[in-house]
Order: sequence, then C-alpha cells, then structure tokens
Amino acid sequence: MNTYQLNHLRELESESIFVLREVAAQFENPVLLFSGGKDSILMVHLAVKAFHPAKIPFTLLHVDTGHNFQETIDYRDALVERIGANLIVGSVQEAIDNGMVREETGYNATRNYLQTAVLLDSLEKGKYDAALGGGRRDEEKARAKERFFSHRDEFGQWDPKNQRPELWNLFNGRKLYGEHFRVFPISNWTELDVWQYLAVENVELPSLYFAHEREVFKRDGMLLADSEVLPRRPEEKLEKKMVRCRTIGDITCTGVWESEASTLEDIIAEVSIARQTERGGRADDKRSETAMEDRKKQGYF
Amino acid sequence: MVNSLEHTELLRFTTAGSVDDGKSTLIGRLLYDSKSIFEDQYEAISQTSSKRGEVGVNLALLTDGLKAEREQGITIDVAYRYFATPKRKFIIADTPGHTQYTRNMVTGASTANVALILVDARHGVVEQTRRHSFIASLLQIPHLIVCINKMDLVDFSEETYEQIKEDFSTFSHRLDVKDVEFIPMSALLGDNVVEKSTNMDWYGGSTLLYALENVHIGSDNNFIDCRFPVQTVIRPYSDDYHDYRGYAGRVAGGVFKKGDDVMVLPSGFTSKIAKIDTYDGEIEEAYPPMSVTLLLEDDIDISRGDMIVRPNNQPDVTQDVEAMLCWFNERPLQPRGKYAIMHTTQEARCIIKDVRYRLDINTLHRDEDNKEVKMNDICRVQLRTTAPLLTDPYRKNRITGSIILIDEQTNETVAAGMII
Ligand SMILES: Nc1nc2c(ncn2[C@@H]2O[C@H](COP(=O)(O)OP(=O)(O)OP(=O)(O)O)[C@@H](O)[C@H]2O)c(=O)[nH]1
Ligand SMILES: [Mg+2]
Repeated sequence: MNTYQLNHLRELESESIFVLREVAAQFENPVLLFSGGKDSILMVHLAVKAFHPAKIPFTLLHVDTGHNFQETIDYRDALVERIGANLIVGSVQEAIDNGMVREETGYNATRNYLQTAVLLDSLEKGKYDAALGGGRRDEEKARAKERFFSHRDEFGQWDPKNQRPELWNLFNGRKLYGEHFRVFPISNWTELDVWQYLAVENVELPSLYFAHEREVFKRDGMLLADSEVLPRRPEEKLEKKMVRCRTIGDITCTGVWESEASTLEDIIAEVSIARQTERGGRADDKRSETAMEDRKKQGYF
Repeated sequence: MVNSLEHTELLRFTTAGSVDDGKSTLIGRLLYDSKSIFEDQYEAISQTSSKRGEVGVNLALLTDGLKAEREQGITIDVAYRYFATPKRKFIIADTPGHTQYTRNMVTGASTANVALILVDARHGVVEQTRRHSFIASLLQIPHLIVCINKMDLVDFSEETYEQIKEDFSTFSHRLDVKDVEFIPMSALLGDNVVEKSTNMDWYGGSTLLYALENVHIGSDNNFIDCRFPVQTVIRPYSDDYHDYRGYAGRVAGGVFKKGDDVMVLPSGFTSKIAKIDTYDGEIEEAYPPMSVTLLLEDDIDISRGDMIVRPNNQPDVTQDVEAMLCWFNERPLQPRGKYAIMHTTQEARCIIKDVRYRLDINTLHRDEDNKEVKMNDICRVQLRTTAPLLTDPYRKNRITGSIILIDEQTNETVAAGMII
C-alpha cells in the first residue's frame, strides 16, 4: 500500500464532503433534514467540516411527530445552538390539529406515515430546492437503489424505475420549477462505518444510543419503550431492562435492543457481530415487503 | 477496534454481463458465504422465495429489492451492497444485464476499480457480454474478472471453460484492458465464490473472494498531474476569519504541497499555496481523493469551475472536445444539437459538431455511414463548447477526462462521455 492511500473512513468522509459542497454550489435554497438520529448527526458533523470555518449553508428541518423521545429534542436544540444553525420544525401535531392529515388509531398507530405530508408541505412552504437526507444504501433494499442526487417531481415522488443515470462524480442537479432533489451524502456508509467514524471523531451523541435502564414491553418480537403515546394491550406487560436504540425515530416505531453497551467502543463491538439489521427494530418497515419503497415513492425521507 | 481500521482500503466493484447470467445471484452468494447477511434479511428473502414457490432461497432477492424487479425476476437499477473482510471493505454495484437499462449499468460501473463480467457457461460470450466488456474498457476500469458461471449446468467441463476463455480473450485483445482474470464458478451452488470448488479440480486459480481481496488497487488514482477543480469558495464573513478566502474542492490528481507554485485556469494567474486547510487543522499535503480547502498567497479572482494546477503541468484548455459517448436517452442524438455539458465542477453548453463514427459492438467496426446514434449506442463525437474546458484525456485521469451531456429541455442526463 503506498503512503498516499486514505483508509476507508477518510475516503467516505471525503466523498460526503464533496457531495455536500456540490449541493451548496448547485442549489439556491437547500435544507438539511435533521431527525436526531445518528445518521443526521453524522451528516451535520460532515457539513460543519465541509464549510469550516464558515457556518453551514443549510437550514435544518426537523419533522417532529410530537412523539419524539425528549432526549432527541434536547440534543437537537443544543446542537443547533452550538453550530449556530437555523432550525425549522415541521409539526405533525399541528397538521393533525388543522386537519391537513388524520391520525391513525389502534394499538399499532404511528405518525410515521403522516411525516411525508408534513415534510412535503414544509419543503413547499420554505421553497427548498434540495433536501439533504441521512439515508444510507445499506439500511434497506429500496434505499440500496438510491442515487446521491435523487430527482423528485412536483409531488415529491420518487420514480425508482426511471432514475437519472449518475456518472462518476458529475451530479446533475438540474430541475424544472417546482421539482426538487433529495440528496444523500452518506449513501455509501454502513452502520458500522458510522459508529467507527463517530468514535474516531469523538462526536457527542444522544444518551438513547447507550445502554440505560428503561421500562419496556414486547410486541411482535420487538421491544418497545413505555410511553404515554404507545397504548399497551392487556397482555403486554412492562419489564425493566438494560436497553439502547440502534436507530432513533419516533417512539411508536423505534424498537430498543437489550444491550450493555455503554461506550462507543462497546457499540462498535456489538454492531460488528450483530445478527439483525438495525432496521429490524423498525415497525414502520415491517408493514409489508415493500413498505419502504412505497413510502419513498410518495415522498418519504 | 478503531485502530485496526487505519489501513482498511475501500474497493469498489461492479457486475456486468447479459440478462440472467447470474450477477445478482453471485452477489447474494458472495454476501451469504462471507457471512455478511443478517438474520432478518435472510428470513425476509426466504419468506419471499417460498411465497413465490421457489425451491430454496433465491439469493438474487438480496439485491433485487424493487417491486418491479421482483415481479419480473430481473434487475432494473443498480443496487449497492456492502461487506467487509479483515482485509478490505467492499462497495458492490449490482447492475442490470438488460440492454434497455444499459445506462444503469454505466452508472454502477463508472466509479468501479474492478468489474466482474459474468458469462453463462451454456451460452458463452454473447452480444451483451461484448457490450459490457467494451463499456468497462471505455470506462477504464483497471481490472476485469471474467466469471464463467453456471458451471454446474455444463458438468463443470474444463473444455467449455477453456473455449469461453479463448473466445473472450480473442475479443478482449482488441480492447484497452490491462488486467483480465478468469474464474469458473457456480453462483447458485457457491463453487469458487468464497469456497474452493470440489467439482473442478482441474482449476488451479483462486476463488472470487480471494481475487477481490488481493487485486492491487494502490495505483488506480493519478498521483502525478496536479488537478484541483474548485467547487466553491469559503468566505466566513466572521470577525475571527475576516480575510479568509478558501477554495474548497476534492483533489482530482497529483499531490499538492504547502508552498507549491500554482496556476489558476483558465485565467493563467500564478501564486503559491499558503495553506492546505481542513476542519481538523492545517495539513502539509493533499492527494486524491481528499476533500480540502486551499488558500493562496495572492488575492486572485477564482470561482467554481476554475482549476488550480502546477504551472509546468497543465491540462488542455479547449473549446473543442473529442470524446467517446454512451448514449442513454430514448430520444436519439441530434446531429448539430445543443446540450448542456458538465465537466468537473464546470457547466457550459455545447454543440455536437460531428459524429465521427458509430461503433458496432459485435465487430468493433467503426460505422461511418450509418451515424444515427440511438439509445445504448456508443459513438465518437466532436463537440464545441461555449466556454473553455480544462481537460485531460480520460485515460490519464478519470475525473478531469469525463463529461456528461444534459438535455436542456428535460434536464435528463442523456450521455456519458470520455475525452480522447
Ligand atoms: N444452475 C445455475 N443457475 C444459476 C446460477 N447462477 C444464477 N442462476 C440462475 O439464473 C437465473 C438468473 O439469475 P440472476 O442472478 O437473477 O441473473 P442476473 O444476471 O442478475 O440478471 P439481470 O440482473 O436481470 O441481468 C436465476 O434463476 C438463478 O437462480 C448458477 O451458477 N447455476
Ligand atoms: Mg441481477
């Protein structure tokens, strides 16, 4: 190996920074979709690096289902404060209150699907022409098909059968009025890459990712956190367990995993021998074989 | 754990070959046998397989993830998959064999270090094998591994293998490829994928995984000709960094060092590198594919699309570009048509001044009579651009030698081009 060789984490970092800079250069009004999960935390970290010592040229948009873990909201607010970014919150609760969307009912009710309408509405209101997402191709089989620059029509729809070719590092961000792009700068990172890099870079993370004691219950083979927004069936009994999140979404669909991992090194060790994918804990992917593809076609993240 | 990573290289490879030659099955097998599949993924595809009444688990479903792909049993668009061994990290682009989706094959292949060309042992080298091999050579993918697949269906016959190897070699001698290797295998049964086959004792070569772990990729970048296309200018406008003006970009070639004399193109102004900056602090040198910020000693007008180079080693500054094109669009190439053109971080417009010839994939014959260029055709053209481009031959540098053409009405990417 010659001395001019980046290791894989630095190569991935460099690729992502290149993409983030392309977005800043090619679009007029880009926005960064911030969910509070590790992938969007990574994306913000990379954006800070890409434009240092200037501030990041992206507004942060959080689509808040109103069913978030409090830790997520606290972390978000502290981060925004630290990097001096502008934050916009698209509220699912507000959309329900003003009748734009209707809430699901029943035990498996989740606001996950309502996010799409609120997301598209927020993008339209802000006249954003590019939305940066923290989706990774290794997460899910429909995501595995995404381009870095993913074209969306005026309804925000993805057309997976007819994507633009994407050659080398030449990203074609041209669009008609009213259309926009979703851009995925960390497309090529795996879950393990993300953790390894966050450890190398010493990035501070929400406490939910580390093992902590929590009241949980079992549903469909998954552990869910006890919460007032998650009604339990009579047979679903609460237990106290040491758990942590591998992904963080809204409480109603984020499974937690039994774990003792209390440091990033522990997490890396755990992830490198994991037998389940991280989204194995996501109820939103389990609704059907093509749940993610269907949601993405409609304009989901 | 973290430290052991310091030297993990990244290798990008792509699949190629005709429909049903077994590309997706091979990727599934590679992932499965290298233990890179998670239990829930395996469970999901085995459920889908049995729902569809298939015998056994269809490993191609690991990459064929779209509804339409599963309905038709073919790959439509590239799927990216990832796995790692203690030696390397791999990014796989599993591409479609169907002619209609050639543009997606080119998408997956454009960034690859290695191409796996699959051949169905029953059918041998067919038109699509030749097309994809030719595209791989046009794209200057440095290493080809020809996977002669479905050996189980030809009784693991050495003779069949040798015949195909010979046919392919006859064709590939006329291509511009440096490194070709052949492996007989069965993607379905796993022979010579990760484990050595017990059915082909006559084969003394390595397995596919071994080949992927050991192919030499250290010299795939250009470390000689310094090229730094400017992506954007960083101006913090803050009190602490009042006079900061940094040129952000990714090194496309060569090694830049602090103190180097540089020239900015197309203006031709010269200066010295005052500082190579990153978020983690100043660094002494920058090389491909690093993303950095360059600061120069003099205040020069520099913006996106300009290129920082060494004064004694410059790219061509030209409005006349000769290139090989892969045409992607249903709407044929319009002779004398005008298109938008992207090259590194520069955008301009261009006119197709001349189609020199269209290539017949089967014979590699240069057709100068019928020059109608339709979807999936490959041709050589002469372009005239509205602004000078800063180009190198694609053979010398894949980044400064590549272009795309965009239809100005639909904004679709209609062609990929390699500068000659
Ligand atoms: N007997 C046998 N069958 C195989 C082998 N490899 C693949 N197949 C079968 O060949 C068929 C096509 O395989 P795929 O992997 O989908 O082919 P592909 O090259 O990915 O096809 P496209 O992506 O549509 O171009 C499937 O039915 C596979 O099970 C092999 O080594 N032996
Ligand atoms: Mg396939």
